[in-house]
Amino acid sequence: MPMELLKYGLRRGHRPYGDIPATPDLRKRYDVVIIGGGGHGLAAAYYLSHYHGISDIAVLEKGYLAGGNTARNTTTIRSNYLTLPSIEFYREGLSLFENMSQELGFNVMFSQRGQLTLAHSDAAMRSFRLRAEMGKHAGIRAEVVDARTVQTLCPHVNMDFGGQHEVLGGLWHADGGTARHDAVAWGYAKRAAEKGVEIHQRTEVTGFGITGSRVTELHTNRGTIVAGQVLQAAGGMNGRIGEMAGIRLPIRNFPLQAMVTQPLKPFMDILLSSSNLHTYLVQSSRGEIVIGGGTDPYQLISTRSSLPQKEALATGALQLMPFLHNVKILRQWAGITDITPDFSPIMGASPLQNYWLDAGWGTWGFKATAVAGKRMAETIATGRVPDLLTPFALARFERFELLNEMGATAAGH
Amino acid sequence: MKIMTCPVNGPRNISEFQWLGPVHDASEATDENLITRLFHAPNPMGVLREWWRHTPSSTVFIAERNLITDEILRTYLQRPDADKPQMNP
Repeated sequence: MPMELLKYGLRRGHRPYGDIPATPDLRKRYDVVIIGGGGHGLAAAYYLSHYHGISDIAVLEKGYLAGGNTARNTTTIRSNYLTLPSIEFYREGLSLFENMSQELGFNVMFSQRGQLTLAHSDAAMRSFRLRAEMGKHAGIRAEVVDARTVQTLCPHVNMDFGGQHEVLGGLWHADGGTARHDAVAWGYAKRAAEKGVEIHQRTEVTGFGITGSRVTELHTNRGTIVAGQVLQAAGGMNGRIGEMAGIRLPIRNFPLQAMVTQPLKPFMDILLSSSNLHTYLVQSSRGEIVIGGGTDPYQLISTRSSLPQKEALATGALQLMPFLHNVKILRQWAGITDITPDFSPIMGASPLQNYWLDAGWGTWGFKATAVAGKRMAETIATGRVPDLLTPFALARFERFELLNEMGATAAGH
Repeated sequence: MKIMTCPVNGPRNISEFQWLGPVHDASEATDENLITRLFHAPNPMGVLREWWRHTPSSTVFIAERNLITDEILRTYLQRPDADKPQMNP
């Protein structure tokens, strides 16, 4: 008995169990190469291998699996956007989270607890009315609520009656929720790998070989590979990767910072956000209060945090919940976002025939992990961009058909 | 605390400054360049010339800043060949 565990571990033929296989050798050719081993790229690999019978796939990740913006976002899942194409797209995205744990056999801890965005000004209330009506039109649950309902939904919030940031009301989005970001990526990676998808970590794309209007080769730090189709899903590095492929993307980089407190008893069962204060709060399943906000106020291609931005987050959090003043910050971080001029993503075709874009996800990408992966997989498998994605084409900037989601994104997440 | 040097008021806390976006040459504002001028803002992995404003004194000036290191290389008052700053970068 005492040696039982050792015997078990050392027995002949014992194979240690791991969800994600170690990085294999890079082969010479793949049907599909996905640049970026974050949530979006892994989801696309999953849907290609499970729904479209394409499993000769290499996912190339410069760093470690899902270590970029998939690991750094603050896990808000919602669909209360402003424009019809966005609401329809994110609505499908949200619905895929509802049975994701079952589908992947992997607990992504989806918690559909509802999101409340506070208004501290008449202008914010007006914009909420528009978003609520657009939401109802598109069949999602979004409604404007008054101050009393705010107090019922979230009794802890400081209403600041008569103060500078008096809560006038809010936008209640009952469909909103949160999920564990790492688990989403790991679940997709595990199930894709089961179908033979190769996940190559620490494999950086360094250039492309382009013949005519096709990508023929990808140069990496581990050798050159030939790809039938290429999907670019490189998060904060999307602008740079596009540039390497000769594709000019309307992307600028801004850091996005967040932090979490020590774990507290569960007290907040909604996602709380304030569009005026550019701050949002959510209590994770571990009890930590995740505090996020808007991006840094100026362009930067860096994951360094800054004190002014953390102070702004803390100030917003303490305005909403002054009783958090003695709570300690446990961790803080920053990610590099790829912001587009209209705060909507760029999905679909590129100027190259076999090169597909899943870019410009800025601060709003996590909630779309599943739907972007699913629909980009469909695009690659069929060679046709689905109707759901066509409004998000790169060409919209040339046609001045922008999808302005600045108000529904910049402060709301 | 991060310090920026205002060409008029000297070194001040970065919180006193407002970023107004990249400097564009006046020659960019042509019909042919409209899409680029509107949507393809520069995002170099290196030095960017950009407009800033020292808010308390409303001094608008140009800074050269490294977008990777966030190092502010130099700040100076507007040159006559540059167009006006964007108010909504």
